[in-house]
Amino acid sequence: MMYRLPPREGEWINREKRLRFDFEGRAFEGFEGDTLTSALAAAGVMTTARSFKYHRPRSLYSAAAHDANNLFQAGAEPNQRGDALLLREGMSLTAVNTFGGVAGDRAAWMKWLSRFLPVGFYYKTGRSTRAFPHFERLIRRMSGLGRIDADARPALRERRHLHCDVAVVGAGLSGLHAALAAANGGAARVMVVDENTRAGGSALHGAPDAATARAGLQQLTAEVSRHPAIRVLTGCCVTGYYSDHELLIAEHDRVDGGALLLRARAVVLATGAIEQPPVFRNNDLPGVMLGSAAQRLLHRYAIAPGRRVVIVGANAQAVALALELAASSITVVALAMLAEAPHAADASSVAALRDRGIELIEGVTTLAATARGGVLNAVQLTTARVGQRIDCDALLLSTGWSPTQQLALQAGATGRYDSTLYQHLPQNPPAGLFLAGRVNGVYEAAARARDGEVAGQLAAAFASRQPAPAIQRPARAEQPHSHPLPLFPHPRGKEFVDLDEDLTLADLANAAQEGFDSIELLKRYSTVGMGPSQGKLSNIAAARQLAWVTGRGLDAIGLTTARPPYQPISLGALAGRRLSPLRRTPMDDWHAARSAQWMPAGNWRRPAYYRREGLDAPACIAAEVRTVRHAAALIDVSTLGKIDVFGSDAALLLERLYTGRFANLAIGHTRYALMVDESGTVLDDGVIARLGPQHFYVSTTTGNSAAIYREMQRRLAEWRLDCVLHNLTGHMGAMNLAGPRCAPILAACSSLALNEAAFPYLAARLGEVAGVAARVLRVGFVGERGYEIHVPADDALKVWEQLMSAGVQVGIAPFGVEAQRMLRLEKGHLIIGQDTDGITNPFEAGLGGMVKEDKPFFVGQRSLAALRRRGNRQQLVGFEMQAADAPVLECHLVLAQGQIAGRITSVTHSPSLERKIGLAYVAPALAATGTVLSIRDDDGAVHAARVTPAPFYDPKQERQRSGALS
Amino acid sequence: MKLIPCPLNGLRPVDEFVCGGELRPMPDPATVDDARWSEYVFHRSGIPGVKREWWCHVPSGYWFVLERDTTSDRVLGSWPANEVPPQVAR
Repeated sequence: MMYRLPPREGEWINREKRLRFDFEGRAFEGFEGDTLTSALAAAGVMTTARSFKYHRPRSLYSAAAHDANNLFQAGAEPNQRGDALLLREGMSLTAVNTFGGVAGDRAAWMKWLSRFLPVGFYYKTGRSTRAFPHFERLIRRMSGLGRIDADARPALRERRHLHCDVAVVGAGLSGLHAALAAANGGAARVMVVDENTRAGGSALHGAPDAATARAGLQQLTAEVSRHPAIRVLTGCCVTGYYSDHELLIAEHDRVDGGALLLRARAVVLATGAIEQPPVFRNNDLPGVMLGSAAQRLLHRYAIAPGRRVVIVGANAQAVALALELAASSITVVALAMLAEAPHAADASSVAALRDRGIELIEGVTTLAATARGGVLNAVQLTTARVGQRIDCDALLLSTGWSPTQQLALQAGATGRYDSTLYQHLPQNPPAGLFLAGRVNGVYEAAARARDGEVAGQLAAAFASRQPAPAIQRPARAEQPHSHPLPLFPHPRGKEFVDLDEDLTLADLANAAQEGFDSIELLKRYSTVGMGPSQGKLSNIAAARQLAWVTGRGLDAIGLTTARPPYQPISLGALAGRRLSPLRRTPMDDWHAARSAQWMPAGNWRRPAYYRREGLDAPACIAAEVRTVRHAAALIDVSTLGKIDVFGSDAALLLERLYTGRFANLAIGHTRYALMVDESGTVLDDGVIARLGPQHFYVSTTTGNSAAIYREMQRRLAEWRLDCVLHNLTGHMGAMNLAGPRCAPILAACSSLALNEAAFPYLAARLGEVAGVAARVLRVGFVGERGYEIHVPADDALKVWEQLMSAGVQVGIAPFGVEAQRMLRLEKGHLIIGQDTDGITNPFEAGLGGMVKEDKPFFVGQRSLAALRRRGNRQQLVGFEMQAADAPVLECHLVLAQGQIAGRITSVTHSPSLERKIGLAYVAPALAATGTVLSIRDDDGAVHAARVTPAPFYDPKQERQRSGALS
Repeated sequence: MKLIPCPLNGLRPVDEFVCGGELRPMPDPATVDDARWSEYVFHRSGIPGVKREWWCHVPSGYWFVLERDTTSDRVLGSWPANEVPPQVAR
């Protein structure tokens, strides 16, 4: 049973401040500074979790979030990592994978099914289509971790961007020295990031003289935190390494932590090493833990791992651990050194162990743990001579290490197995990335410090683009610190390689025998290393088992690809605040005050229609249409793309970009403009006005404005024309005043001459409207006399309001996008993107007249020539439904002889004509006027329609050309 | 996130850029046959290797030519559109 020790020098907890929490309905107390794991350990809770598959009792294992045993549900937040999360007052925790609580998990019977849950279970059961639905239901109920609260409100989390010259990951001995050396070596901004709540790493673990080591570390951390160029971030885990030295950092010591993105010029990884457990029967019992876990509990939280401790060891750290625990008055019964251990206790260690009453057992060849009541009660081991059983309540494992190389591998380094050190070492880091300390294979304390210094100097030089200083790096360890093959298969199994996924040695051997004998295939088939801890404790053991089973070397086996995240990060932290810009026109507030119902248009929002008291949406829209047809109305078109084109080559640019002719466009006139891409597909349309000999004013559709402007810029750079572009989209507000009675309204606000001779259809004039300099275009998109008035955005609302008040007498009203769509459809005008798609060419869309093929060159010309020769495969036609109430919608299909022969792109009930009209692409054979089309609706019913030439309304186009000047 | 060297603005995050596709000489539309033209319009080489592409720094509206190796994800150079050196055989 774990218990809290008396206060220790340097502990991370504040015993003055007690925090209450409950776990699985029981009340507990911890101290400020405790993690969830340490608080439960100090309270003596042995079983804190249940395993994923067999629901075996589990407890803390690494105390460093290298395992995923201690995952808790904290309120609405699932899968909070107990090893990383700090205890808060009033927390309410439950284990994540239980049926009825961690103590009496009703799913514990799953362990009896282990022989029926072979490796590759999912794949095997999935092969029987009859059995799979049953298993799917069962798997869905039994698997998965944590509980998502679907009603929880999404919390807005911070996402911050940070920049530095040198980033140091890991604030241990080598990391702190690297930071100091970098800052003293000229780096102006050094950032040290550590996942723990305090700096220091493992510097104190196993130190022979604890007091001296502590004093040295305190001095070092004080020096680092005092340094003006160094900033230390604790409780922050670097979890992703992205291009050009960008680090994704999770604030992982609190439930609602956010994410940081740190851009560095150079990076030092001083991430240390992860202790790798030996694999033996019942190695997952509560009470079994890594030696480094016991050291973390002891030094940080003053917790003893048990009342009777046995250590299984293979290296110098195991010996040091035994002496260190004994020095803290913890009863260590025995230190059992594995056979073939690379380290043997020297004479002075042997004497020290004897003095402390610790039995030294050497040459251990088999190993297994036994349980009573679901927790560890003894370890059974054999040496060359005898087998023995030792009662214990804590079994500490200290048999080897693997460098914490995940970030280095993400950055592009390769992890190569060193067959003299029995461990992997990251090789060939990319330029600007430097490794220091144990991740670099340097173990001895003084060498780690020196390795950090050198890495810091190299990083500082790289960050300031200086040549690398010629410095001798300290030598890597020559003696191994890891056992070459700490796997102990047992006839009765239950030797867990992967605690996340409940995979045993036999599972991996079976997978290899079934042919999944490459490490990547083994991972995918068996799921080893695919759990929440991402194989931090299992990947190496799995590689060793695969090497053993297949008789290959570990260097030939390799490692699976390392990908972010190194530690889990919540999706909320990645999402951040989800900023998406919303553009508002200058008249936005005015619309909102008149009950505008909004619709998105690119990044903008536009009024779909204005709600009227007592009317539903179709009635409001129909009323707006009638106002345009019979009086006058105003629509906000500020969202249109608006580009000024100046220069001696301005006309040439437009001639090359658009299908039409613009060199001969007279000053003061406008022309419809159609743009196609190189394949002849319709891209965009708009109106081009010529305002001067070298000045054109181009409008584009709302959605394409940014892309068209960008394409114009590219062509300018490519063709090197004497031309300047000025994007006025946001600078200019625009409104369309339309309707048979619109001219007097404009006349009341402007001195512009509006009679037919002075300002004919399709003319463009510069003048003042409401006292504001305006560009006024005579347009006819909605099929009535209309004036598009473009003014600087700051003055647009003023102009809009003056027009509205000048129009009160004729009954002016604003109209929205929905009414405009009906009005243009009555005129048969198409909308790019609605009545065209990714393969529409101008001929098929009925825009062939806009293509001036005899120009010297324009984009798409060559393709259009080929398309004209080929002939149309479909044709855009107008149609009219025979029954005005037919439930026909956009995208419904046109049928001919039971085959698809076309589709509807626009359809509406025309308020002006009291008929249902639309546009559709049909096969050329069906395009003749009067042809009866069969249109199938959602329910399969077929409705008759008749091909009708557009425009449906005012076919002679008289209204937009003249219109009464009454 | 990658950093892209813009000849006008220096090293900027890739977020600020739009890639405009590979730099490909257009065959003379007056003389080219349909097959060659359709090859030019519709076919792109997806073979990993050194590519020259149009890139645009969007906030400044600046187009330039960037050379990168898509196998190693390394940028090899970038130039204003009118200062692109002839491609070296690799």
